[in-house]
Amino acid sequence: MPIVSMKVNGKEVSGEVEGRTLLVEFIREGLGLTGTHVGCDTSQCGACVVHVDGKAIKSCTALAVACEGAEVTTIEGLAKNGTLHPMQEAFRENHGLQCGFCTPGMIMAAIDLVNRKGKKLDEATVRHELEGNICRCTGYHNIVKAIQDGASRM
Amino acid sequence: MENFTYHRPHHATDAVKLMKAAKDGKFMSGGMTLLPAIKHGLASPSDIIDLGGLKHAGVAVSGSVVTIKAGTTHAAVADDAGLKKAIPGLSKLAGGIGDPHVRNCGTIGGSIANADPAADYPAAVVGLAATVHTDQRKIAGDKFFTGMFETALKPDEIITAVEFPMPKRSAYVKFPNPASLYAMVGVFVAELADGSVRVAVTGAGPSVFRVPDMEKALEKGFSPDSISGVTVKADDLNSDIHASSAYRAHLVNVLARRAVEQAK
Ligand SMILES: Cc1cc2nc3c(=O)[nH]c(=O)nc-3n(C[C@H](O)[C@H](O)[C@H](O)COP(=O)(O)OP(=O)(O)OC[C@H]3O[C@@H](n4cnc5c(N)ncnc54)[C@H](O)[C@@H]3O)c2cc1C
Ligand code: FES
Ligand code: FES
Repeated sequence: MPIVSMKVNGKEVSGEVEGRTLLVEFIREGLGLTGTHVGCDTSQCGACVVHVDGKAIKSCTALAVACEGAEVTTIEGLAKNGTLHPMQEAFRENHGLQCGFCTPGMIMAAIDLVNRKGKKLDEATVRHELEGNICRCTGYHNIVKAIQDGASRM
Repeated sequence: MENFTYHRPHHATDAVKLMKAAKDGKFMSGGMTLLPAIKHGLASPSDIIDLGGLKHAGVAVSGSVVTIKAGTTHAAVADDAGLKKAIPGLSKLAGGIGDPHVRNCGTIGGSIANADPAADYPAAVVGLAATVHTDQRKIAGDKFFTGMFETALKPDEIITAVEFPMPKRSAYVKFPNPASLYAMVGVFVAELADGSVRVAVTGAGPSVFRVPDMEKALEKGFSPDSISGVTVKADDLNSDIHASSAYRAHLVNVLARRAVEQAK
């Protein structure tokens, strides 16, 4: 079986995988980082979004072996020394979650959005850019508010 | 998901060798179509030959053509400053594919090789009279799409780039399926450098098609009014739970007029 090595949340990791092992399986089952969720497994919902080499991708639709040598950031890699990332803090304060299942993917997508489009985001842009992230609970309203707030704090 | 052997060659010649040696191999670019297909059991390749190692990525604008290497992601195409000026319609098309995460992985080569009847790029390939480059030959855009999920590619042939001649003006307008974001109908309209006009429609039929009656009318006068009475027959169009063929036929005309209006 192939061995894959990558950097996850700043730490070098490696492990045995099959050709078909998905990145999300390697992260959750191989590394025990269960913050990244699988909502649909059909590339629609965005609960599995992580950053690979600085770009947001759906980790349920990526092969672990193909990420050899990559730098991966998951939701667990955001807080520093026990302090939440500003985007996490903004979700907490703006009540940007209910059950929380979509939240890790929402936050990873939100940070990617700020990286691409800057800290001043209007509501229409945020809503449009959330096309790849589905939430069954909140109705999105507070997610959008949280992202605008988090962006301005980043 | 069935297992397979994974390969990541660095040269096209090695990729072809691996494909020839495999029992039932599949090339992979972004994996955004192939991996879901394997998960659904629609494909069960023995080998996956990842073309990511070929480093076929980038947009080059030179003289009167834009060349996009096959492995360029939709995000990279949409963000390319040179393309935004050269062919804004194509830039906008790429920026409207799926969602941001899909655009970070999916590629132009993978999209046209897959030839989904509802995919966006086929409309631009035909609408702009593009040429598809492979490791073996050049294929005219008009000859490339041969049917639903069917192309002129041979099983071991690799798309390396797509070459788009710069038009005088063009635009793409799609009516996205709100759930999948694919085109329920998408229309690419272009006035090419020689003054000829193309109207290419995706999403409506089994494969991308042109509307010659609209093209002739627009060559006489490039304005939305020129085609207000030019309709397409609903008979051969797709009909499903999302839209009837009559509705799709109606959309073709509406979107074509919008594209003419927006063309720049
Ligand atoms: C949620 C979601 C929404 C989407 N929305 C849209 C949309 O709105 N519009 C749209 O057009 N598409 C959409 N797509 C599809 C997306 O654009 C895919 O990225 C694209 O169709 C396939 O590109 P890929 O690079 O991922 O190819 P892959 O999945 O890697 O490959 C697809 C096929 O092409 C073959 N192939 C790949 N590269 C080559 C090559 N260089 N030479 C020869 N054969 C090759 C493979 O063998 C495979 O058969 C969506 C996908 C998802 C998951
Ligand atoms: S689990 Fe990956 S997109 Fe839903
Ligand atoms: S908070 Fe429950 S799915 Fe979004």
